[in-house]
Amino acid sequence: MFLKTGGLIAGGAAAAGIVNKVVRAACREGPKLAGGPAFTTLTVNGTSCCGQEGPAPAGAQETVPVLTADGKLVHVARDQIVHGVGRPPSDPVVRRGVPGRKWVMVIDLATCDGCGTCTRACSKMHFIPPDREWIPVMKMQDAPETAPYFFPKPCFHCDNPPCTKVCPVDATFKRQDGIVLIDNERCIGCRFCMAACPYSTRHFNWGHPDAAGEPPEAHANAYSPENGHPRRVGTVEKCDFCPDMAEQGMLPACASSCPFGVIYYGDENEDAVTNGLGVTVRLSKLLEERAAYRYMEELGTQPRVYYLPPKNRKFPGPKLVGKGEHAGPAGAPAASPTNNQASPPAGEHIHPS
Amino acid sequence: MPHDPHAIRRLIAKEVVSTMGPVRGMGRLWVGLLMAIVAWGGVAYAYQLSRGLIVTSMRDYVSWGLYMANFVFFIGISHAGTLISAILRVTHAEWRRPITRMAEAITVFALIVGASMVLIDMGRLDRVWHVFRYGRLQSPILWDVCSIATYMTGSVLYLYVAMIPDLALMSELAGQGRFGPRRARLYRVLSLGFQATPTQVRRLDLALATMAVIIIPVAVSVHTVVSWIFGMTLRPGWHSTIFGPYFVVGAIFSGTAAIIVAMAIFRKVSHLEKYITFLHFRRLGTLLLALTVIYTYFTLSEYLTAWYGGISAEKRLIDLLMGGGGYTIAFWTMAIGGLFLPAVLLAVPGRRTLPLIVTASALALVGAWVKRYLIMVPTMQTPFIPAEAAGRVVVYFPSWVEWSITAGATSFFVLLYVAFSKVFPILSITEIAEPLEAAQESDAAAQSAPALETAEGISP
Repeated sequence: MFLKTGGLIAGGAAAAGIVNKVVRAACREGPKLAGGPAFTTLTVNGTSCCGQEGPAPAGAQETVPVLTADGKLVHVARDQIVHGVGRPPSDPVVRRGVPGRKWVMVIDLATCDGCGTCTRACSKMHFIPPDREWIPVMKMQDAPETAPYFFPKPCFHCDNPPCTKVCPVDATFKRQDGIVLIDNERCIGCRFCMAACPYSTRHFNWGHPDAAGEPPEAHANAYSPENGHPRRVGTVEKCDFCPDMAEQGMLPACASSCPFGVIYYGDENEDAVTNGLGVTVRLSKLLEERAAYRYMEELGTQPRVYYLPPKNRKFPGPKLVGKGEHAGPAGAPAASPTNNQASPPAGEHIHPS
Repeated sequence: MPHDPHAIRRLIAKEVVSTMGPVRGMGRLWVGLLMAIVAWGGVAYAYQLSRGLIVTSMRDYVSWGLYMANFVFFIGISHAGTLISAILRVTHAEWRRPITRMAEAITVFALIVGASMVLIDMGRLDRVWHVFRYGRLQSPILWDVCSIATYMTGSVLYLYVAMIPDLALMSELAGQGRFGPRRARLYRVLSLGFQATPTQVRRLDLALATMAVIIIPVAVSVHTVVSWIFGMTLRPGWHSTIFGPYFVVGAIFSGTAAIIVAMAIFRKVSHLEKYITFLHFRRLGTLLLALTVIYTYFTLSEYLTAWYGGISAEKRLIDLLMGGGGYTIAFWTMAIGGLFLPAVLLAVPGRRTLPLIVTASALALVGAWVKRYLIMVPTMQTPFIPAEAAGRVVVYFPSWVEWSITAGATSFFVLLYVAFSKVFPILSITEIAEPLEAAQESDAAAQSAPALETAEGISP
């Protein structure tokens, strides 16, 4: 039983029109789902605001239908729904996680056009300095003869995480709800986890965060490992799977912002995932029907992020060099300044001819 | 004429003490230069502490660089002491005696500098206590903390305990007005009232024999777990079962090269030709030759399997390292100049002169450092998902801060060594004297066999 309001709330970056569409989609799709416990617990008129919301969009007084924990559909003013404030590092739940949950993500490579909206929305929500991305969109090509495709890459929140294994001080840890987090008040900056992560997911605050470009709003609230800011020099950070959002029934910014619904997010225990278009599907069915896979399964890390192969793509893949020039993931030759997926200008989609 | 059983060691002590005088002439210039470099390194470190590691060239992809390479290198040469003092003691290689102190001092100072490198590499030095407060024994870093701390303690003890008889000699010389009052007090306190009584000598021998046996597995563990910091990750080029023994051999290899270079310098500067003879260079040279061959063998096994198998992630590393990528010249220069050439120089019989042995060792030492760098950086540059796929280009060349700190740390190592040799006898006087005195005793005993009953040999 899903009602995704995350698309609304986190969508500080999203245009108001899209938001409305998402609301309707959510209302339409939500009730269709049978079974499963209510997903949404809302903080209405929350006592505090974590500062993760963008500026209030126009028409902030419109109401939003949300499903309460006891299964009732209620309408609340949109500006009264607040993004959760992450818990302080001392809170035991930060390390334990939300009981009964198993957060999971599914990324549909067939519908990704590499626009980078997810990257930007995530960067905005987490006040990420411009030198790094928590969910970069990689350009991949598995073999010279195979089709290139876009590959959004968050942290995989592995069930057998190589990073938490090697941490000398338990600063990065795996929670019962599947999420791998970092406590930057404990991290000693040895960067062993960065060396250990096979997916190059982790980033280091090499210099002082404000010098790196962390906006002042990042300091609006006290630090929580559940949202990763304010940053601290000499500590590691990465994609946090937005546990504060998920707990309130909201999608992570990457999922809610994606105009094509590429990124699904949900609870494995509920066997349901939802994307930014408000489409909720059964996880097991999606994985089965679309032949989902996990990236580099052979490493044994057991990622919590599944990919749907880029079959029958809705959009062209990245423009790459002629065949035979390189194999493996799409490499250097494609990374020309004009086609740089790392930081495309806002709103610019890459549609190679 | 009353027979002095310790006449020989007193004689040697006087000669060694003559090398402990103040630094003069060119020596001052050198010491001044080294201190200036250390100071500059200190300035660079202060700058790094204030700005963060952003002042290095390390970034998210190459997140370990020169500092970690230095760490592995210095921990590696710390194995000099264990090899000479412990392994050669256990195997009763008598020729080791004059150079044990020199080797043990390398161990202690290299450990100090090596361990500092990890601290310098840390993003949050202020939180180093977290390692004790929140330490997880599952992390290879904790293995390193435990094993390096044990090794450090053991090495300092080993250096010190073996030096007690010499300190007693120094104290005795201080009583004759050889040293100022502060030095006299230092030696008196440190010698713990050692007077070379038979009981004391027996206990000391027992302690040293025990420690020699204990320190060998500790030393092996140290470099094994250093390698496991890398080997326990999944990275191409690091995730290798050979890494433990590979690093241990590499450590003893570079440690042996280091001790030969140190011997050559001390022999020349302090005029110790009488004690550090060509024999020592030849013996250690032979050992270094063997280690060079073993290390080459390990290197071949490591890279040949990766290259032949050709798993794509490993192939990218091999290409970068030796197949035309950015480190090809460095790699082959290391392989030829740091492994092949030293082996040739050390192997050709009749050509094994002292300058050639020292040259071979210096080459091996520099080659070993380059190898550490090549273990560290190219692997960090070839993650499973190439950075280029995210539109990023990975380059790494250490920044001036990293070079300055490296130069400062190396100079600090040399300075520590010089300072040590000025305060403590750099030759192990008692160890040199023991067999000579024993020979003298047996000569004397042979000449006056009836006098044996008087137990003159152990007269106080």
